[in-house]
Amino acid sequence: MTQLIALLRVFSYLSILTVGGGLAAFPEMKNLVVNVHQWLNFTQLVHLYSMGQISPGPNMMMIVAIGEWVAGIPGVIVVLVAFFGPTALLAFFMGRLWAKLAKWPWRASIERGLTPVSIGLLLAGCLSLAHGAVTDWGTAVIAVAVLLILLVSKINPGWLVLGSALVGGIAFGPKFL
Amino acid sequence: MNNGAAQPGLASANPTPQGAAISMRNIFLEFLFIGATSFGGGVVAYLRDGLVTKRRWVDDQEFVEYLAISQSLPGLNATNMAVLVGDRLRGLRGALTALLAICLPGAILMMVVGVAYHAHGDKPMVTAVLKGVAAAAIGLILATTIQLGRKSLAHVYDLVFVGLTVFGVDQLHQSVPRVLIVVGILAILWYRPRKPKETAQ
Repeated sequence: MTQLIALLRVFSYLSILTVGGGLAAFPEMKNLVVNVHQWLNFTQLVHLYSMGQISPGPNMMMIVAIGEWVAGIPGVIVVLVAFFGPTALLAFFMGRLWAKLAKWPWRASIERGLTPVSIGLLLAGCLSLAHGAVTDWGTAVIAVAVLLILLVSKINPGWLVLGSALVGGIAFGPKFL
Repeated sequence: MNNGAAQPGLASANPTPQGAAISMRNIFLEFLFIGATSFGGGVVAYLRDGLVTKRRWVDDQEFVEYLAISQSLPGLNATNMAVLVGDRLRGLRGALTALLAICLPGAILMMVVGVAYHAHGDKPMVTAVLKGVAAAAIGLILATTIQLGRKSLAHVYDLVFVGLTVFGVDQLHQSVPRVLIVVGILAILWYRPRKPKETAQ
């Protein structure tokens, strides 16, 4: 029960930090789930997070795995409600209000001002994730290659991730020969 | 207001079928489909395909408008869009249905993945494969962020606010909310409505 309450508190707090995207909450998530509550270690978080990035749907569904580890199915439900409830409510009411504020001059200021901040939060989240994901030359080469290919082509990133999984297995895996 | 994904001015003359109310079943099925097929990140593109092009439930201009709201509020673009479009189609029940449907496939998948990873995550081969996947995810995320930045960052000042935010979180190790409030308020005040001319473009 105390674990469920901890999940509820952590994920509803993380929920409101996701300005610009789920990644914005990553540095805080790392601190809370790895350092404070020690539900999993940093490498496990990085692995789950990267699998969550390529799975279909909203890209933060990896939180479900944390909920399941900590408290089984009740953990899953608590985590989902805590993480998606607050922002869904906010979107619902702000969506209705926002339309009425079309002429309010500060509305444009807020949209304008929050855009660079949200991109900054995404980059900071990316750096935090990279500390765990880009750990040597091999991983750096994969990350840069994927980045460059995506910037110049329109290939579905799923294929690149699949290719990187294969390369990872061959380059970093146990040697059978 | 230029942080939408589409070129402004492309407001299509899509005839939105206003006459017949869209059934809850169709809302559920469409968002379930998007939730199940949007592999490889970039769920916004799948939302546009499904909601604007295929179903014509919202037109291009509305889509960009909803996207601007989604990006200014906390919450994932995918779930915020589901709530906003669901509400537009069928009110509160529509919003709840769309939210549930877009989350369901990924949630089930990640639960299965989580259980499997818990059982086998420490095997050398699994760790090696995931090391590759995690490195690729960094490239993917950076590419998405750069593409978003190209579209929505208009001034040098924007880069200053991006830099301040990254510096605050990554170098000064300040908590995300603190940086968000301090730099966010600074940036909003910087782009405050100005009297003599038009408000910031």
